[in-house]
Amino acid sequence: MTDNHELPDTRSVVLVVNGERREIDVETRMTLADCLRHKLGKTGTHLGCEHGVCGACTVLVNGHSARSCLMLAVQANDAEITTVEGIASGDGEWHPLQQAFHEHHALQCGFCTAGILTSMVEFLGENPDPAEDEVREALSGNICRCTGYQGIVRAVLDAAGRLRARNGAISP
Amino acid sequence: MTGDFTGSPIRRLEDAALLTGAARFVDDIELPGTVEAAFVRSPHPHALIRSVDSSAARNLRGVHAVFSYADLAPLLTKNLIPPDNPKLKFAESTKAIVLAEEEVCYVGEIVAIVLADSRYVAEDAVALIDVTYEVLPSVSDCRDALAPDAPRVHREAPDNVVARFRTEYGDCRPAFAAAAHVLALSLKQHRGSGHPIEGRGIVAQFDPSTEGLTVWSSTQGSHRVRNTLVDIYDLDETLVRTITPDVGGGFGSKHVVYPEEVIVAGAALLYKRPVKWIEDRREHFLAAIQERDQYWDVEVATDAEGRLLGLRGSMIHDQGAYTLLGFNVPHNASLAVPGPYVLPNYQLDVTIAATNRVGTIPVRGAGYPEGTFTMERAMDAIADELNVDRVEIRRRNLIPADNIPYELPLKARDGSTTHYESGDFPSCLEKALKGSDYDRFAERQAAARDQGRYIGVGVANCTKITGRGPFETGIVRIGPSGRIAVHTGAMPMGQGIKTSYAQICADQLGVEPEDIKVIAGDTGTVPMGIGGFGSRQTVTAGSSIHLASIEVREKALKTAAHMLEVSDQDLELTNGEISVAGVPGLSVSLADVARALSGAAGYARPKDMPPGLEATVNFLPTGLTYGNSVHVVEVDVDIGTGGVRITRYLVVNDSGRLINPMIVEGQIIGGVAHGIGNALFEWMGYDDTGQPVTTTFAEYLLPTAPVVPNVEIIHHETPSTVNPLGVKGVGEAGVIPAAAAVISAIENALTPFDVRIREAPVSPPRLIELIGEAKARS
Repeated sequence: MTDNHELPDTRSVVLVVNGERREIDVETRMTLADCLRHKLGKTGTHLGCEHGVCGACTVLVNGHSARSCLMLAVQANDAEITTVEGIASGDGEWHPLQQAFHEHHALQCGFCTAGILTSMVEFLGENPDPAEDEVREALSGNICRCTGYQGIVRAVLDAAGRLRARNGAISP
Repeated sequence: MTGDFTGSPIRRLEDAALLTGAARFVDDIELPGTVEAAFVRSPHPHALIRSVDSSAARNLRGVHAVFSYADLAPLLTKNLIPPDNPKLKFAESTKAIVLAEEEVCYVGEIVAIVLADSRYVAEDAVALIDVTYEVLPSVSDCRDALAPDAPRVHREAPDNVVARFRTEYGDCRPAFAAAAHVLALSLKQHRGSGHPIEGRGIVAQFDPSTEGLTVWSSTQGSHRVRNTLVDIYDLDETLVRTITPDVGGGFGSKHVVYPEEVIVAGAALLYKRPVKWIEDRREHFLAAIQERDQYWDVEVATDAEGRLLGLRGSMIHDQGAYTLLGFNVPHNASLAVPGPYVLPNYQLDVTIAATNRVGTIPVRGAGYPEGTFTMERAMDAIADELNVDRVEIRRRNLIPADNIPYELPLKARDGSTTHYESGDFPSCLEKALKGSDYDRFAERQAAARDQGRYIGVGVANCTKITGRGPFETGIVRIGPSGRIAVHTGAMPMGQGIKTSYAQICADQLGVEPEDIKVIAGDTGTVPMGIGGFGSRQTVTAGSSIHLASIEVREKALKTAAHMLEVSDQDLELTNGEISVAGVPGLSVSLADVARALSGAAGYARPKDMPPGLEATVNFLPTGLTYGNSVHVVEVDVDIGTGGVRITRYLVVNDSGRLINPMIVEGQIIGGVAHGIGNALFEWMGYDDTGQPVTTTFAEYLLPTAPVVPNVEIIHHETPSTVNPLGVKGVGEAGVIPAAAAVISAIENALTPFDVRIREAPVSPPRLIELIGEAKARS
């Protein structure tokens, strides 16, 4: 048997996923999304377009949102990754965004939801008291085909209020 | 006594798994030994396959197999995916096939399947497969396809006509002869693809020890997939099970059985290992169904006051290369034209043209948006011609409330005539006008124009056939554990039907909705099923579950009466306990009853009671039920850039009785967003040969959060009279009049330029062009 292609390179990488340190061998060409999903079992991260537009695959890499379809797993070596499985608190209590999404009917099929939640975790960290148009702009990198975004916008605004209350921030 | 969950906006039971990453979509299914598939697809709109050399691919490490038609042929009873209705007559050449034998007729048509250790390797192998094509002449535009000298979409076809049909009633000729006004409209309508964020996908596993084939598919029709596989591979249906895991949206894209599903299942039968194929977005652009192009040329006749006398004309529908399901889209489009209006005479000649593009079949709305667009554009044209307000012209033409029930001699595909059995169209319109402060819009418009802003308002009405039969099963079962399960052939794909069905069942069984597990889309638990399309499932499956729940409740009470030695009239069922009214402590639980009815070895069972605490109902609707909607849209048009901002959106919707208002509103708002896409953004482009030119989300634009407005909803609940719940379907309601309303609003904003918009979608550059043309005319 002859190979027409060289065997893909593999590398050993360390990923800290939702606080858990994992050392794995990955092909250098494997995307972070495929690595999370198929090598680490974090199937909550979804692939909608694999060209960086729909935002479904968004995860946090060292606290910043990243398209895991456009990033290679080897590029995330030594990084801390947060996926949707890791946004609730350690004791399993939902993140205020998860709670607000449930209460405001901010999801239907739920396939885009993980990427929206992780994007909004970052956004509310940077902008704890956003106006509606700021929320809509922040959501512009995530496509939802089901909801028309209305419930999502309401949920993000509601979650912002809950987070402010939790963090003791009092509006002047 | 029944509970009151029905009608209540309870939070969804589906959410927890979806919010925490615990849901299971098809790509999340990992079976040991799985090989992954990628397809070799035609890069040409039309070509002959001269040779396929896959030797390099087969030699690539990690590649297991390459199968083309010749490999699969011994398994196939026929190289044909049958349409819905076997009696449907259409061009033989456009019958949908499983795999290309010699000729490929659209870009994306499957030539071969590769199985490999991973999708990465499978795609490497696809790149190594050398297919020699002889490129043939092709035709892209459905109007060009009908020219006598047009290239044939299928080389041996006599022409490119898939079928022709006429939809008509009354007699247009005398109506037009007597008309005070006759107006002509030529309309170009385009709708793109479904684009669920989860693409299609399938996992197929053949177990040689049982000869069982299990298929997990992201589909809107689990039973349709099973039945098709049974048919094509001549299998025993008792050995074939299709399971639908969580589905990441459908919108029509997953309504048909595709060649990919058939081939992947065939590959699993051949290779005897689990095979997985997960569609990527490029494949969805190339090979998932679309709704695409319709060209309408119609004339409308009215009396002196603008009352409709007749509408007649023709329509050309782009079918693509193959007929995967039938021609529901052009047929529905022709049925949708009269909508809520009195249209005494109607005649539409439809020509379905084959093109060298992927097949078309329903996207959410399924032709209703196009038929509605035609009528609503006609309404605006009449208003302009007569110089009457656009709303006033609609008022004059709406079917009066006291004419309901109202019958039109238009036949749905089940042969029934259009029968508006309930509803009040004028009241819905008045509610919409009041809710949107329509009467004062002209003042606001004048004030905006003084500031150099061009704002406009659009109003559109529609009706929608819902609740298509023939049935959808509901099984309600309480096992010895006392746990309650509902099984149905209905297909969830994000709508929240599990929650709605749990509400319906909980009301009868005196439990909480979260106590009920709804299992859907598994042919192993429900023998028959039709599927998720056409705003039908809560009407059909919901009614079946409601009736089955009542049967189970009655059986539980009768059995408990026997066990407690009292009359069932004295019993009440609350919180899963059946107790004797007014006698504390004298009770049995539903679990006790279920255990008693499940029997014990050799012992007597409760007298006269058939075994098992369960009921199966296939509710048979006595007729279709029609929902209706009014949309009022305000827009702000930037005449410098052609940009359109939607500033207000109000919907009045009659979906009959609401099971869960929160879910209903979610369906409406999502539909509106889809309709806004159809009005302003979504364009599936092809070049003159049939080569797709929009194959990413950077080229094909879906509506995003900044461009979709908040939608205000007013419900007008007229219970349906043809099902026990009084419900009407709502899955497509939001999308249907949306493009018509948005385009009307843009035209209204541009009144000073006398712009006429006869198409959808309209992009900013196109709008600038239309403004320029109008200026040049004046």
